[in-house]
Amino acid sequence: MSYATDTHDDHDDHDHKPTGITRWLYTTNHKDIGTMYLWFSFSMFLIGGFMAMIIRAELYQPGLQIIDPNFFNQMTTVHGLIMVFGAVMPAFVGLANWLIPMMIGAPDMALPRMNNWSFWILPFAFAILLSSLFMEGGGPNFGWTFYAPLSTTYSNDSTAFFIFSVHIMGMSSIMGSINVIVTIFNMRAPGMTFMKMPLFVWTWLITAFLLIAVMPVLAGTVTMMLTDKYFGTAFFDAAGGGDPVMFQHIFWFFGHPEVYIMILPAFGIVSEIIPTFARKRLFGYSSMVYATSSIALLSFIVWAHHMFTTGMPVAAELFFMYATMLISVPTGVKVFNWVATMWRGSMTFETPMLFAVAFVILFTIGGLSGLMLAIVPADFQYHDTYFVVAHFHYVLVTGAIFSIMAAAYYWLPKWTGHMYDEKLGKIHFWCSLISVNVLFFPMHFVGLAGMPRRIPDYALQFADFNKVISIGGFAFGLSQLIFLYVVIKCIRGGEKATDRVWEGATGLEWEIPSPAPYHTFTTPPEIK
Amino acid sequence: MQQSTQAKNSKLVKKLVVIVIGMFGFGFALVPLYDILCEVTGLNGKTNTIAASTENIRQNKSRTVTVEFMAITNKSMPWQFKPVERRIEVYPGEVKLVNFYAKNESINDLVGQAVPSVSPGRGASYFNKIECFCFNRQPLKAGAETLMPLTFYIDADLPDDINTLTLSYTMYDVTASVAGESSQSSQTGE
Repeated sequence: MSYATDTHDDHDDHDHKPTGITRWLYTTNHKDIGTMYLWFSFSMFLIGGFMAMIIRAELYQPGLQIIDPNFFNQMTTVHGLIMVFGAVMPAFVGLANWLIPMMIGAPDMALPRMNNWSFWILPFAFAILLSSLFMEGGGPNFGWTFYAPLSTTYSNDSTAFFIFSVHIMGMSSIMGSINVIVTIFNMRAPGMTFMKMPLFVWTWLITAFLLIAVMPVLAGTVTMMLTDKYFGTAFFDAAGGGDPVMFQHIFWFFGHPEVYIMILPAFGIVSEIIPTFARKRLFGYSSMVYATSSIALLSFIVWAHHMFTTGMPVAAELFFMYATMLISVPTGVKVFNWVATMWRGSMTFETPMLFAVAFVILFTIGGLSGLMLAIVPADFQYHDTYFVVAHFHYVLVTGAIFSIMAAAYYWLPKWTGHMYDEKLGKIHFWCSLISVNVLFFPMHFVGLAGMPRRIPDYALQFADFNKVISIGGFAFGLSQLIFLYVVIKCIRGGEKATDRVWEGATGLEWEIPSPAPYHTFTTPPEIK
Repeated sequence: MQQSTQAKNSKLVKKLVVIVIGMFGFGFALVPLYDILCEVTGLNGKTNTIAASTENIRQNKSRTVTVEFMAITNKSMPWQFKPVERRIEVYPGEVKLVNFYAKNESINDLVGQAVPSVSPGRGASYFNKIECFCFNRQPLKAGAETLMPLTFYIDADLPDDINTLTLSYTMYDVTASVAGESSQSSQTGE
């Protein structure tokens, strides 16, 4: 540990940046690691997106034409796993790496070696997962929720690869979140009190606590799966005295906090961007902090709303229904605060702001369909239909992903030192906005009409809507290539960015030069 | 300053690692917790997996309870499996013996395991089994048939509003997992 620090101090003195591949392999620099996380997550986004294209191509017409049902199942499964664990979560970790030290005035993350480790095990995890697709019998085909007994008794032989890759992803997330917590607790610049921290830092702190609370439970779940499938235990096997429904309880005890892990940092990003472009202070800062904390706490007592149809006592159904609806109160506080921040602000609509405003509107649509799903008698109709698919894609794509896009545009000039191409950014936004709604909005209708999810074929009356959905899907997928182009173009050059970049930007990261120097805040800044 | 931050860091890391390990354990602790919860609430109609004692059975001859029996096989289980009597009347505290018929209709020797469930779930904890074929695995040679006994009584404390209890057995094929275990004495002893 002391050796590592010594070497690091050495680097500080010379502001020396290693070159070549070893720079990236051995780096302990939070900016390098953040960059790697972001690129990794973007490549996973494209791979997972490609799988979604295969799914939508198959669903373009009723009947089976392109792929066989088993491969379709593998695509829905791996698409979900890649997007959740490979695209959204690493993107937020990458943003945390880049921004948290700069926002709190720290020279780096608190545990730089572990930071390197937590990134570099990720590519291996996903190599293992993706390689299982090419094995005999195929990859995981039991849905990203891997319900037992589908994932135990009836799963194919490559399940062990799935299990180990989830273990590695879990380890990576746990190490990353320990790093975030330690950094925020111990590395804040003098004067940076908790209630002065930017909201992105706050939401990430809460997210990190959620992660260390539930990722170990996920690890336990897949471990039980492993021993059930390969070592003859019977945690989820009714024949041996276990219970498959218990799998769902344990999984969703992890799974529900997990969905907030994927949205709380998004709340933080939007709370940074809207004040900048409304040129007003964030409305209700402390209520934002408390709302985020209450969402996090409530997330532990609502898990069974994913399993209303498994047969629960009415009392339990009522409890989970009301607890779920309760979450809309703190979420409503947040939406209100964002709108109030924009109210009578001097707003301009650069690309980050466009994505942030779209986030507020479209995430709220996703939240509303979530409220519909929380109603027990209605959920019996909606359960496992495309209505659910529409709901979670509104909160994850137009929620989490849009916020990540917003963040990328917002901080890209700080990272690269160049302004991105505003015109192309706007084109990317409008293409994404229109196509994403063509893609996901009709799913509400086919879902309400009863089209089940995760099935490669469907009844004829859903044909027109599915064609529209698929076209929207292809358009949305292609639109993301514009984003790739904008980012590469911005890295290679462009108009020089000023230190502050945005007129209304506040926060420590805008006080340092653009591009951000390799080492920042080696002497802590003074916070007034 | 540098040193103290490092000391603080490693102290906090240790605490967080303890939380992580604790939550890993909690994941497994959910298994017994779930069983306890099911027992308390009668969720899933889980009944006791150990034999009830025959001593101190209180009787209540003032009412009768209808007990219905169901027997189904898991889809991969090629047995015929059914109760000899489908429905009987007992009074709480009455010790009763009933039989279930099973026939192995496959050409392989198989081992079955019956898993019980009582409906309504609230009544599950009042259903006491003194002896049950479900306590043990049931080996059955290819083509063989057998009668499997169940001795039970209904607890006198059964709530008044429950007048019918349905006991359902699902028969699973556990031949593979029995073969996996090297020496298994319980399957041969009754």
